[in-house]
Amino acid sequence: MICPGRRADMARKSPAVLPLGRDAPSRFLPWVFALMVYLAVLALTGVLILHSAVERWQRGEVDTLTVQLMPGETESDEVRIAQVRNLLGNIEGVLEVRVVPQSESLELIERWLGSGNVPDDLPLPRLMDIDVAPGSGLNAESLALHLKASIPGVSVDDAREWIDRLAEFGRSLELLALAVVILIGLAAVATVIFTTRMGISIHRNVIELLHLIGARDGYVAAQFQRQAMILGLRGGVIGIVFAVATLYGLRHVAGRLETPLAPDIPVAHWAWAILAAVPIATALIAMLTARMTALRELAKMP
Amino acid sequence: MGPEVLHDVSFEIHPGEFRYLVGPSGAGKTSLLRLMYLAQRPSRGLISMFGSDIMIARRGDLVALRRKIGVVFQDYRLLNHLSALDNVALPLRVAGANEAEIQTHVSELLAWVGLADHIHALPESLSGGQKQRVAIARAVITRPRLLLADEPTGNLDEVLGQRLIRLFEELNKIGTTVVIATHNQNLVARNPHPVLELGSGEVQADDLSRKAG
Repeated sequence: MICPGRRADMARKSPAVLPLGRDAPSRFLPWVFALMVYLAVLALTGVLILHSAVERWQRGEVDTLTVQLMPGETESDEVRIAQVRNLLGNIEGVLEVRVVPQSESLELIERWLGSGNVPDDLPLPRLMDIDVAPGSGLNAESLALHLKASIPGVSVDDAREWIDRLAEFGRSLELLALAVVILIGLAAVATVIFTTRMGISIHRNVIELLHLIGARDGYVAAQFQRQAMILGLRGGVIGIVFAVATLYGLRHVAGRLETPLAPDIPVAHWAWAILAAVPIATALIAMLTARMTALRELAKMP
Repeated sequence: MGPEVLHDVSFEIHPGEFRYLVGPSGAGKTSLLRLMYLAQRPSRGLISMFGSDIMIARRGDLVALRRKIGVVFQDYRLLNHLSALDNVALPLRVAGANEAEIQTHVSELLAWVGLADHIHALPESLSGGQKQRVAIARAVITRPRLLLADEPTGNLDEVLGQRLIRLFEELNKIGTTVVIATHNQNLVARNPHPVLELGSGEVQADDLSRKAG
């Protein structure tokens, strides 16, 4: 017969055989993980932002040239614009010409100088966006040569070149941020290896006893992997909470900047899902690292 | 590698035997027991247990051999953060036994060794004799084929010591081979069984080998 008291005993969970939770690493490790997850999430956000920005730049304006027409001394802007239009109309490969309104040019300047800070007498060049047929061979250099022969004070910017350079820079930053994420991951792995070895060293006597009473290495390693997973998850949750708070703060600040430089802080739902996976990945990495380290160290024991 | 603690030690223990391992302090009793409970391997020589050569057995194979051996350590080696019940339950848990069975069997055994009221006590709160009983219960909970005990009655009064020897003898009767290392001559005299005597790292006398000769 089983008395109620014994039933209660049976229901209770068996305790951890190795008191890893009382070790010093168990107290500081969640905070180390929290810091790592925090930094990793911010770096990963950087990667995601840069990735989507570079894609957007390259997708949108790849076949656009911009003609810049400085104010003339004798003829009005409209006359000069009409001359440029005429010339462009005769060039093969030009699909469409759009004259950028002066108000739009002013708006572009205001983003940099601030609203109302642009002097009225500031001579603004007139801009014309030209869509070029892909594969036409028309570029800024050849177009500028053609136009300059007839119209003084004209220059042509190849948005594609500029965007390509910007995209290249963006991709470099993307790789750098990705490298930072990988380095953080490696640091987490190194930390877990160190703390697992320390744990084995601290509890060597208990582990030897467990071996002597018939415990397999896997049983002992399971104690370390469980502890590492718990600490990784705990630290990961703390880290991501702070990281998300930081991102929302940045988003708020960026929203008030009203400048094209302000980042578009994230991001699509899938991007948030990637960020949310960071603490889970941290816990899994910690768990696997602890298991592999423990098994390797235990194999050295008699 | 340090000096040789044991040399020219040759003996056999057959299944079902009950042996005392005696000798003065420093004779090598604990070292011999450490070899027998597979805490270390010999630097040379041959140890064959349960049909396996310990010198060449793979590390992974030692697990199965160790599960056939129960050990009562001289210093008890109880885990201070675990209750008496959880200490005794350890060999069952590492073998993956059912938790309900563990609770039942361990409680019964602890009651048998007189610790029914201390099932949930931590070792720190137990006396030396109580700790020793917990250690003995842990060693026998799996009904091992070989029971090795290093001074198992060292901290017990005579009555309790006798009672535990009875437990060992009962286990022996149902097939467990028992080897008790002791320097307690009274214990040996009151509960006579064959003696293996060690001295200066060598076998000085072996009752069974004398009889055989």
